[in-house]
Amino acid sequence: MTKANYGYKDGSGEYFITIDTDLCNSCEKCVEACPAGVLEIAEDELDPLGDETIAIVSEEHRKKVKYSCAPCKPGGESKELPCVLICESKALKHSW
Amino acid sequence: MSNTESKKEYWRWTESRYTNPNINWEDGDIISAGVDVGSVSTQAVIMVDGEIYCYSSMRTGSNSPDSANNAMDWALDSTGLTIDKIKYTVGTGYGRVNVPFAKRAITEIACHARGANFIYGPEIRTVLDMGGQDCKAIRCDQRGKVTAFLMNDKCAAGTGRGMEVFADLLQVHINDVGKMSLQVEEEPEPVSSTCVVFAKSEAVGLLRKGWPKEKVLAAYCSAMAHRVVTLLARLGIEEKFAITGGIAKNIGVVKRIEDELKLKAPEPSIDPQLAGAIGAALFAKALVEKERKKA
Repeated sequence: MTKANYGYKDGSGEYFITIDTDLCNSCEKCVEACPAGVLEIAEDELDPLGDETIAIVSEEHRKKVKYSCAPCKPGGESKELPCVLICESKALKHSW
Repeated sequence: MSNTESKKEYWRWTESRYTNPNINWEDGDIISAGVDVGSVSTQAVIMVDGEIYCYSSMRTGSNSPDSANNAMDWALDSTGLTIDKIKYTVGTGYGRVNVPFAKRAITEIACHARGANFIYGPEIRTVLDMGGQDCKAIRCDQRGKVTAFLMNDKCAAGTGRGMEVFADLLQVHINDVGKMSLQVEEEPEPVSSTCVVFAKSEAVGLLRKGWPKEKVLAAYCSAMAHRVVTLLARLGIEEKFAITGGIAKNIGVVKRIEDELKLKAPEPSIDPQLAGAIGAALFAKALVEKERKKA
């Protein structure tokens, strides 16, 4: 269970996308499912001596996930997020 | 000795370099280096077979490649060791892609965990890195491998920049802030912890009300401690717990974090600002060993 939390906390709240890098099998389905291009496959940066790839939140989106993910959360509700639903290993979670 | 009266630049913390007198680099096998180019400070650490040989810690300028070069040059100063003798350099930190002589860039999250493991020992499972412009909570195993992390780099509250703003406002040298903040009879209410800008305005109001500097500093250190503890709590804390980064040297913040967590953080024997560069230098050594195995 290795958890990477991507996102931030500011005056309006806490917004983190958590990916369990041990569960992630790099199937890429979440990358395709995301309409905003928030996710991508990359080398596991937490394991620099290894050779595995996993899903990550791209650097471009890490400081604005609240806004990047807003189109999938109409009315601010997080129901049936495509990335969470499609993940075979249930590795992906949103904190808001 | 207080630096407060003599220095006008209150935020300017001391830059430093060091050479280990007990190591002769010419007798070493793997000479590796780590350069941590942070948004506020840059460190270069050179290791001989996994032991610290020399290092430097200085302010990052506005140009990352220059910072990396300057830090490296200063670290190597009068050691006789030259860059070409270094087998592998890893760059890390905010400016890690801009270390011109680095063979690879590794995220500072992995480097800080490894560095904390080196500085504080293999019992460390939770690392709080309070850097110049960000704050990281990291969980790791006994080898210093990351098992979880959470970073907040969108906000100055809980970072060195926030502390520098306060040092400047109160005209107290940054090195004295921690000690002064503990010179209060009673802990005051913390200032607003969500924003340095608001906290600064609040502080101005408190000074006008007649609060002494020590009390205002106490209120700010308290707010900072509280802010980082909530970040840590989201990740869960497992003992042993350690703090790295520049603010680890601020006893006012450290003590208040310990009080809130009811845990003691060990005292570092090595400058905690070096954790990232140390981790990077250790990865560099491991990558040399990995390359050798493949050959």
